[in-house]
Amino acid sequence: MNEERLRADLVLEYPFTRTTGPVIGAFMTGLREGIIIGIRRADGTVVVPPLEYDPTSADPLTELVTVGQAGVVESWTWVDPPREQSPWQQPHGLALIHLDGADTPLLHGVLVNSADAMSTGMRVVAKFRAEREGHISDIEGFVPEESVQ
Amino acid sequence: MRDVAIVAAGQRQQAAFTDETEVQILLPIFEQVRNDTGLEQSDIGFTCSGSSDFLAGSAFSFVGTLEGVGAYPPICESHVEMDGAWALYEAWVKLQIGEIDTALVYSYGKSSPGSLRDVLSTQLDPYYLAPLWPDAFALGALQARMMLEQDIVSRDRLTEIAVRSRDHASSSPHAVRKGDATTDFVEASPVIADPLRADDCAAGADGGCVIILAAGDIAKNVCDRPAWIRGIEHRTDAHSLAGRDLLSAQSAALAANAAGVGDDKIDIAELHGPFTHQEHLLETALGITDETIVNPSGGALAGHTMMAAGLMRIAEAATRVSAGAGDRAVAHATSGPWLQQNLVCVMEGD
Repeated sequence: MNEERLRADLVLEYPFTRTTGPVIGAFMTGLREGIIIGIRRADGTVVVPPLEYDPTSADPLTELVTVGQAGVVESWTWVDPPREQSPWQQPHGLALIHLDGADTPLLHGVLVNSADAMSTGMRVVAKFRAEREGHISDIEGFVPEESVQ
Repeated sequence: MRDVAIVAAGQRQQAAFTDETEVQILLPIFEQVRNDTGLEQSDIGFTCSGSSDFLAGSAFSFVGTLEGVGAYPPICESHVEMDGAWALYEAWVKLQIGEIDTALVYSYGKSSPGSLRDVLSTQLDPYYLAPLWPDAFALGALQARMMLEQDIVSRDRLTEIAVRSRDHASSSPHAVRKGDATTDFVEASPVIADPLRADDCAAGADGGCVIILAAGDIAKNVCDRPAWIRGIEHRTDAHSLAGRDLLSAQSAALAANAAGVGDDKIDIAELHGPFTHQEHLLETALGITDETIVNPSGGALAGHTMMAAGLMRIAEAATRVSAGAGDRAVAHATSGPWLQQNLVCVMEGD
């Protein structure tokens, strides 16, 4: 029996493009402009990132609102080593972040040096890249709010 | 409801089937269930499989395993890009309609050539989540921390569940992670996605599972003690994180209720929990009490074959009912992040 596994490169591709539409597209355009956009549900709560349809009732959603760029960590984990294809090359936090003015959590990275710097309830603020293209990774990650004040 | 039962079940599972293709993994299991029942492929009314082309890395990869079944002369077959538990559901529906009297259901997965925890990122929302590549263990960890910090579950309870899996798995021929069933050993398990330790996350595995279903008198003729399916339902939660409550398994509870889990005492439960904290959520959702033996096989924690772990739970529960280890059993299958989609199957012996 051969001790070495046989190996062959395999590249999976989806060779087509699609438009992001009026809601996801607005969010992506917002990121390019350096703002974070959500969408209001019938009960007044705000979904961030926005969805075209209410995730519970399936009603169409249309009222876009700008939310805060800072918020509270609801839960977190520590990613070490960073995942090969992720936007991050260093160990980092991964968190559910409840942005000011939002009612649902946004998942994103938290840029701190170690897990010791992470805690539930900590306030973090978005750090945008200088060059943005309308993509979720236009936010480089979130950093502790105290570190930018 | 037409009387439909599981009359044979077989599986193979190990950490990696390095030198075997999916077809080679399955062939001995097809032979086993045919020997167990005396049924040939020509006696089977419908063949239904579950697997993932994405995992295999090629389109229509499942057609290859149909060669293993023997698809000539032409057979009536179908495939779901889901865990085999949902293939079993499709076959059960066809049996209920009365189109067929027997069905062969199988599923399989071979994820060892890649990194499954990363591959699973690709099933997420393609705009907001997938580009960030949050791996499956990290997503599980976000839920686990929330549960721990909000006192939905305790760290000791997670340890108990991990120890239980290792303990039960010790007598299971298909379990990948077994033995060392002590609190000390589990507590020393390294943290791989804070707060989850390696032992809180299911052990990866390759494998396959095959089940034969039969209706009425045929079931009685080919099996001494068929595991009659008395209820089977599946429900799903929202795909978007915005529509999810991570502190409960809502769709699992809905499916359990619809399948009639709580109508009578459950002797055996086989739950498909890819993490210790998710096993806890499932026990709560299904209303499992101390009178039920949970995961006598070790459960998915002891060996998690992508696309077959759910069907394996049904096989484990059915095999125990047929062997007389219990009169009423429930099996559960899940799919998607944070227990998004759930299937519950209640079985009884005569």
